[in-house]
Amino acid sequence: MLSPEEKHEIDEELKHLPYKESAAIDALKIVQNHRGWVTDEALDDVGEYLDMSPDALDSIATFYNLIFRKPVGEHVIRICDSVSCYLTGYENLRDAITKKLGIKLGGTTEDNKFTFLPIQCLGTCDHAPAMMIDDELYRDLTPEKLDEIFAQYK
Amino acid sequence: MPTIYIDDNPYEVKEGKNLLDAVLSLGEDLPYFCWHPDLGSVGACRQCAVIQFQDEEDEQGRLVMACMTPASEGTRISIQHPDASQFRENVIEWLMVNHPHDCPVCDEGGECHLQDMTVMSGHNYRDFRFKKRTHRNQDLGPFINHEMNRCIACYRCVRYYRDYAGGGDLQAFAAHDHVYFGRHEDGVLESEFSGNLVEVCPTGVFTDKTLKRHYTRKWDLQSAPSICNHCGLGCNTIAGERYGTLRRILNRYNSSVNGSFLCDRGRFGYEFVNDDARILTPVMKNVETRQFEEVSEDDAVAKIAELTRDKNSVIGIGSPRASLESNFALRTLVGSNRYSSGMSNAETELVNLSRQILNDGPAHSASLKDVEKSDAVLVLGEDLTNTAPMMALAVRQAVRNQPVEKAKQAGIPEWNDNAVRELIQDEKGPLYLATPTNTKLDDVATKTYNAAPQDLARFGFAVAQFLAEESPKVIGLDEDVKSMAKSAADALKNAKRPLVISGTSLLNKSLIQSAANVAWSLCANGKKAEIALTVPEANSMGMSFLEGQGIESAFERAASDDIKTAIILENDLTRRVDSKAWNQFLKNVENIVVIDHLENETTAAADILLPAGTFADSDGTLINNEGRAQRFFQAFEDDSAVQESWRWLQGVLDLGKDTDVSDWYSLDNVFSAMTKSVDTFKGDIVVAPDAKFRINDQKIPRSPYRYSGRTAMKANVDIHVHKPPQDPDSPLSFSMEGYSGKQPSGLTSFFWSPGWNSVQSTNKYKNEVGGELRGGDPGIRLIEPKRNASPKYFTEVPEPFSPREGEWLSIPLHHIFGSEELSAKSFGLSKRAPEPYVALNPSSAEKLGLQMESRVSVKLDGTEHTLPITLHENLPDGVIGLPVGLPDFNGIPLPNWSKISGATE
Repeated sequence: MLSPEEKHEIDEELKHLPYKESAAIDALKIVQNHRGWVTDEALDDVGEYLDMSPDALDSIATFYNLIFRKPVGEHVIRICDSVSCYLTGYENLRDAITKKLGIKLGGTTEDNKFTFLPIQCLGTCDHAPAMMIDDELYRDLTPEKLDEIFAQYK
Repeated sequence: MPTIYIDDNPYEVKEGKNLLDAVLSLGEDLPYFCWHPDLGSVGACRQCAVIQFQDEEDEQGRLVMACMTPASEGTRISIQHPDASQFRENVIEWLMVNHPHDCPVCDEGGECHLQDMTVMSGHNYRDFRFKKRTHRNQDLGPFINHEMNRCIACYRCVRYYRDYAGGGDLQAFAAHDHVYFGRHEDGVLESEFSGNLVEVCPTGVFTDKTLKRHYTRKWDLQSAPSICNHCGLGCNTIAGERYGTLRRILNRYNSSVNGSFLCDRGRFGYEFVNDDARILTPVMKNVETRQFEEVSEDDAVAKIAELTRDKNSVIGIGSPRASLESNFALRTLVGSNRYSSGMSNAETELVNLSRQILNDGPAHSASLKDVEKSDAVLVLGEDLTNTAPMMALAVRQAVRNQPVEKAKQAGIPEWNDNAVRELIQDEKGPLYLATPTNTKLDDVATKTYNAAPQDLARFGFAVAQFLAEESPKVIGLDEDVKSMAKSAADALKNAKRPLVISGTSLLNKSLIQSAANVAWSLCANGKKAEIALTVPEANSMGMSFLEGQGIESAFERAASDDIKTAIILENDLTRRVDSKAWNQFLKNVENIVVIDHLENETTAAADILLPAGTFADSDGTLINNEGRAQRFFQAFEDDSAVQESWRWLQGVLDLGKDTDVSDWYSLDNVFSAMTKSVDTFKGDIVVAPDAKFRINDQKIPRSPYRYSGRTAMKANVDIHVHKPPQDPDSPLSFSMEGYSGKQPSGLTSFFWSPGWNSVQSTNKYKNEVGGELRGGDPGIRLIEPKRNASPKYFTEVPEPFSPREGEWLSIPLHHIFGSEELSAKSFGLSKRAPEPYVALNPSSAEKLGLQMESRVSVKLDGTEHTLPITLHENLPDGVIGLPVGLPDFNGIPLPNWSKISGATE
């Protein structure tokens, strides 16, 4: 069942859209905001609300890498592996994070604090390499800066 | 007609085509994946690349996708250009990166479009040395096998399943090389047309699960052109056999009938042919033990001849699932006035009425193609998905015609599928559905009206009244029904090709009459209106041509003293009459002779039982709902005593000496004897090439030239090579020997063309992509309307339905899986059939104090059934729906009044 808040937020989106289906991506993001990730149950709930089959909705959900169909940790780290970052030290950075958190790309820490994912370009090539934790962007990174950054998420 | 230049040679092509379509229509080879003749172009796979030149001077050229480029006047392309062929080879190489090397164990092998295209493009060696991505496969139910690792992501499956067939539960998931085509969780594919995925998928992702149970390669099948016998539409099929068992049904292209597709009942309903309950030898009941005992064929025939010596003591009950020839032979044996169609009186009356309407009226009897081309549709009473499935698929296409016309006006050609869909979005042309409850077409309907059958008829009469003053008035119609009738009438009147659909499924005469009134009133308005009337079974319309009486009339006759023997032809009468009438009939008649192919309650009552051929092991002619006579041919012959029913009857007639049947040694002769002696057939009718037909003095083979093991396949019997069976009934040989070119239309046992082993080779058999087969589509229409006739409108408008206190009108609800006798006995299909139930609307259920899980007892026609309920939101008050053809309700005449009460258990 969608919560009243979820329904309300989806209704807000629907106001701007010609077809119910057009709200699919936003609705999935809203549900993800509330629940952390999109469960099978959430697909059924949203599908029912937007008159879409869970299949159609899942097709959208699985296409976008910012919509999670598996549980993620409290914070999601997205490290850019696109050209500029690759050239300016993405690999060192990746390995440093792996070492620090004990998880590889795609993994979640045991305490469920962090999930570590790759992303294609954060739009900040002039300050490569870059990563994003939740909605916060970190630029001009070096492995040395990581301790300080992660300290904020204790 | 534009002229295009392919590698500097000029060709005339049809206006409005794309280059790929044009090139294939010219008979040239050009590889492709995502394009499909019925799905149009999306330009996704990049396989059909050619070099296009600006003009004669241009030597450079540029790479274009043939499927996305219009074949306009002066277009110059090169298919052979090294850049183009290199590009095509590379595309295949990329596609093959993740494709497994599993052709030897893949069911698609030998008829795989991917194999063909790989060879055609010249990508002969596989250099990819790395890990391939793998997927988990899903269980998609009893029909379709899923093997996602083979996927090349052409998107044809979802474009067919969702866009074309309207299915909701097959999707593309994820992105780049993880793309996955399936359901969001394991489960049965819900669409009634899922089987076409087998032919739509260019490789082995979706394959026929029923074939897998008894797998045979395409080249090892002995096949014959056949006609589906599971509903009245007469879709063209190919029946393939090996080692005496029927292995599968494939679509056989016929642009006027089923085009490229089949429904799942037609494709997967064949396995009854291999059933253990097949009757294989003649048997006679021992008078004392009442057990069946084997008898020789001659003795059985002689005994029947003895019983039928006095014609006045015999009645014959034919069957709408048997061929014209078999029914005619029975009619000849017993005389036309003692011959019954084998349909109930009610059904006989409705089918006769349908033929009369199609024959007399100015409205044209619509083929499935006509249905697909119509641009405004009114459906009266029929739940098409369940009563005439392929017509539902055609209607689904028809609702696109008006919006597509808009796209054309915006300069977007119809073949540009994505652009057209983008423009028209959810827009649909007019479709008005008037049915007793919700149907699977509701999602594309402009408006639906659910009511009791006679109210639906009143709605139909009201539509006609808006179109023609002279048609009868409907008094006391609700305002909203009236306004829907008005808008339906307007939509039909404003359309270019309006179509009215009705049929026999609700067994309501007024409905069909109201449909005729609508169609005729449209004609009176100067419209070229079409009318499509569905009939219950494969040869129901044929029965109307043979003018037999209904079963009840035949039973009455049997009650008179002089009838001693009844011959029942391929008909389980216990499905059609109630048990009281049946038992009385058994008492009235001393000797029962049954000719049929599967054991059933009727064959159990026989004194003499003869084995008949099914559609797969006999030949014959059927007439479909449209009035099209079509021939099905025998796919195989085994060593049993099974033969066509008419051959058994010929034997009896021959001994009887009353009729000269000495020339009834072949199907052609029986057919021509029929057209000569039955008045409803006029003149010489050629349904298919006759048995003497040859090309270069050669017969047409039933098997491809690579057919293996013919000389060894009987080695378990003896060491000698068996002579192939002879076939006096058709120009087809039971062999791979014979004319090796393309078989003529109507005699196509398999589609094959050099380099084209898959079903895509059908393009090589057509005049043009999407067009008729070369030499014309097979079959012949026996009903053509009198375009200038102005028949009198039907005037009997029924009274409105009024619910009764304490009684319920039970109406028949049909099921694509389960309602038809033969297909329901097939392994895969039986798993999809519903359990018997009683359908009623929620408020009625509440009044009766019933819950979701409740069981009710239904008292009907002197019988009582205890069944679970199913809630149908839209079923009218006072009406319950009962499933047709399921065991509990066999032989119970519907519609009928019944009493229901909560079951006490």
